[in-house]
Amino acid sequence: MTEATTPAQPAGQAEPVSFFATATAQRLLAFASLVIMLIGFSLASPNFMQSSNMIAILQAASVNGVLAIAVTLVIITGGIDLSVGTMMTFCAVITGVVLTNLGMPLWVGVFAAIGTGALCGFASGTFVARLMIPPFIATLGMMLMLKGLSLVTSGARPIYFNDTPGFDQISRGSVVGQVFPAFPLPNGVLILFAVALVVAFILNRTVLGRYTYALGSNEEAVRLSGVNTAAWKTAIYTLSGAIVGIAGLLIASRLNSAQPALGLGYELEAIAAVVIGGTSLSGGRGTVLGSLIGALIMAVLANGLRVMSVAQEWQTVVTGMIIILAVYADQLRRRKTG
Amino acid sequence: MTALIEMRHIDKRFPGVHALRDVRFDLVAGEVHALMGENGAGKSTLMKILSGVYHRDGGTVTLDGQDVSFASPKAAQDAGIGIIHQELSLMNDLSVAQNIFIGREPRVLGIMVDDAQMVRQARALFDAMNVPIDPETPVHRLSIAKQQMVEIAKALSFQSRVLVMDEPTAALNDREIDELFRIIAKLRASGTGIIYISHKMDEIRRISDRITVMRDGQTIGTRTTADTTLDEIITMMVGRDLGQDTASIPDLSAAPIALEVRNLRRGREIRDVSFSLRKGEILGFAGLMGAGRTEVARAIFGADPLEGGEILVHGAAVGIRTPADAVRAGIGYLSEDRKHFGLALPMSVRDNISLTSLHQFTRAGGVLDDAALARTASDQIRALDIRTPSDRQEVRLLSGGNQQKIVIAKWLLRDCDVLIFDEPTRGIDVGAKSEIYKLLSALAAEGRAIIVISSELPEILRLSHRIAVMCEGRLTGFLPGGVATQEQIMELATRTAPSHRHDSPPRPEVRV
Repeated sequence: MTEATTPAQPAGQAEPVSFFATATAQRLLAFASLVIMLIGFSLASPNFMQSSNMIAILQAASVNGVLAIAVTLVIITGGIDLSVGTMMTFCAVITGVVLTNLGMPLWVGVFAAIGTGALCGFASGTFVARLMIPPFIATLGMMLMLKGLSLVTSGARPIYFNDTPGFDQISRGSVVGQVFPAFPLPNGVLILFAVALVVAFILNRTVLGRYTYALGSNEEAVRLSGVNTAAWKTAIYTLSGAIVGIAGLLIASRLNSAQPALGLGYELEAIAAVVIGGTSLSGGRGTVLGSLIGALIMAVLANGLRVMSVAQEWQTVVTGMIIILAVYADQLRRRKTG
Repeated sequence: MTALIEMRHIDKRFPGVHALRDVRFDLVAGEVHALMGENGAGKSTLMKILSGVYHRDGGTVTLDGQDVSFASPKAAQDAGIGIIHQELSLMNDLSVAQNIFIGREPRVLGIMVDDAQMVRQARALFDAMNVPIDPETPVHRLSIAKQQMVEIAKALSFQSRVLVMDEPTAALNDREIDELFRIIAKLRASGTGIIYISHKMDEIRRISDRITVMRDGQTIGTRTTADTTLDEIITMMVGRDLGQDTASIPDLSAAPIALEVRNLRRGREIRDVSFSLRKGEILGFAGLMGAGRTEVARAIFGADPLEGGEILVHGAAVGIRTPADAVRAGIGYLSEDRKHFGLALPMSVRDNISLTSLHQFTRAGGVLDDAALARTASDQIRALDIRTPSDRQEVRLLSGGNQQKIVIAKWLLRDCDVLIFDEPTRGIDVGAKSEIYKLLSALAAEGRAIIVISSELPEILRLSHRIAVMCEGRLTGFLPGGVATQEQIMELATRTAPSHRHDSPPRPEVRV
């Protein structure tokens, strides 16, 4: 046995390094890029670092951030979710129906949004885990179905929330501003952080989180450990859907309306944020913090380039380049650590 | 005769395993040289070094007296070394001819594939082999035996001077084996050197000129086939320590029956399998590759469906449709393929150990009790002597023996009454092997019922209180532990049903 352990020893000694490399380095890398961007943009433009602009960036990151966290859950299991954009819209539309058309109180609308999302997620999860449809196909189908359902339910017209006082405060109001008038951090950003904290806790400290990583690492091994993988996977998709429901609330509140034509394209932005944050699309690894930083990087980039008067079209080009750079950096790092 | 190939002092290490040490092997033109040894003895590793799949860590290889070192399988092929792998490596949707000439298709005008020429050349190959295969048939329409012939034709098409055949008859029937041997004899006569890997003693005796035996990554010796005996070869293969631990067979006639299965069946893989297992008993499952042992185990565990049959645990029928059902009934299964079916490699030792029993570590709201998890993980690491720097180490960085112990720890935590070990020592060092044996015996002594599936006969003989032998999906017999011999097992393992034909195309059997 001495012989068997000898070759394993170097790997053993390298443990802290490899642990760093897999779990923390990518986040550090993403975080460092974020800081460099912030410094670069503030040097380039004095307006960038103003607190009003910082708040605008955070506000802009909130919807994409929440969606990115939702997608992160699915991606860690080794899946992908293309439906979060139109699912978010569908949740917003259902909230509009409940609040404006049916005149229900505000809290019912909130539950309707989250419940609708959870139901949609449950459907996706069932397709993937029970009917064994590949996640790409299942959620592509969901994306189209939900897009159509949003238009059908709303009659293809926006639903306004003018009859529900306080609805726009969900995202645009500022509890923080009432205490610190100098820093009116919007509630939407608080909600983003709250969602991030809760999901990070679930991933790190609960059975559901442990199985999320395990499913992405080796689903068959988990099944052969006597775990009901279909049920757990469905639960993860359901949770992810509920979080998309929260994003639906945020965007409806920010626009004070449910826009049924909106939504397509958000899923790719969310996946981009996840990837920039270092979550592997092959599953088994990824963090909420990474996706949060990914969403912030995208928001800072869009805002900074706008402040520097770079045309919108070019912002998209740069975002694309950042995604490829981020994943390339990850590959380089992985090649080094083996 | 001049040596075609000489391998000297070959050394190869993998993380955690010294796979080959000081191995020598030589091959002369126009001979069939059999390479024998138990599973894990290092035969395949040696052949992979010869054919450029692996790089050796030490030693020399000469071809025609010239030092060679093949950087890739292609380089070895170009030098005239052809290998026919045990697992078929054909592209199922391409035709036979396309498979044979993949990567070197005859061309027209330098860009278009000359299909007619390709088919003609393939047909010539099969004519020479006297095998009736249409080169234009898609490979997936052929039986496994015919696919094997295609592999051989492909190797021959390279004008190989050295041909490595790894268990070429595993899927062939007697007539096809005769055909193969006729081809081999023809190749030998034309000066090709053939390295023939097989477990089947009668074949080796029939076809080989010399026999080299490997054990535990070392060359034990080379004999001329005509001057040696079966006993000598077996002694060389298993070493002298065989049988020394087989003494203690407990009397279990009074012990209650823990697991009973009745008439399990699924198509041709599982044919009417019934047996029972007592508390504290170790039942060894022996058989050749593809005999259906793993299939039976996976079916009992609910990993694969059954077409019929009953499973009783402690005398009560249990409906098992998923592994989760089996675990609830107290049955655990440790797969032959740890990496694919047993472990979440990128996760930590601690996470893997707790994978079957997370519910035991949950507080309200599904929150995990990390302190208890850590405590249990370190207890198991200590109890099973798992060599790891910490319980946070990723399991992919550990040696095979330690990985296997983690899988075992995982199932011990679940406290199953019936444990099925499928090839528990595959890819594991000799030292770690005996630790695993001790562990299995201790588990049985504790009163657990244990099934051990193994392709290594000495392992079966050493561990089992009773031995079940399978052949072609059937249980062909039981042997008492302690007194059974390898020959008795082999006799049962090759007892095919007379009505069964090998070469009929696979088709689903409809039997309800």
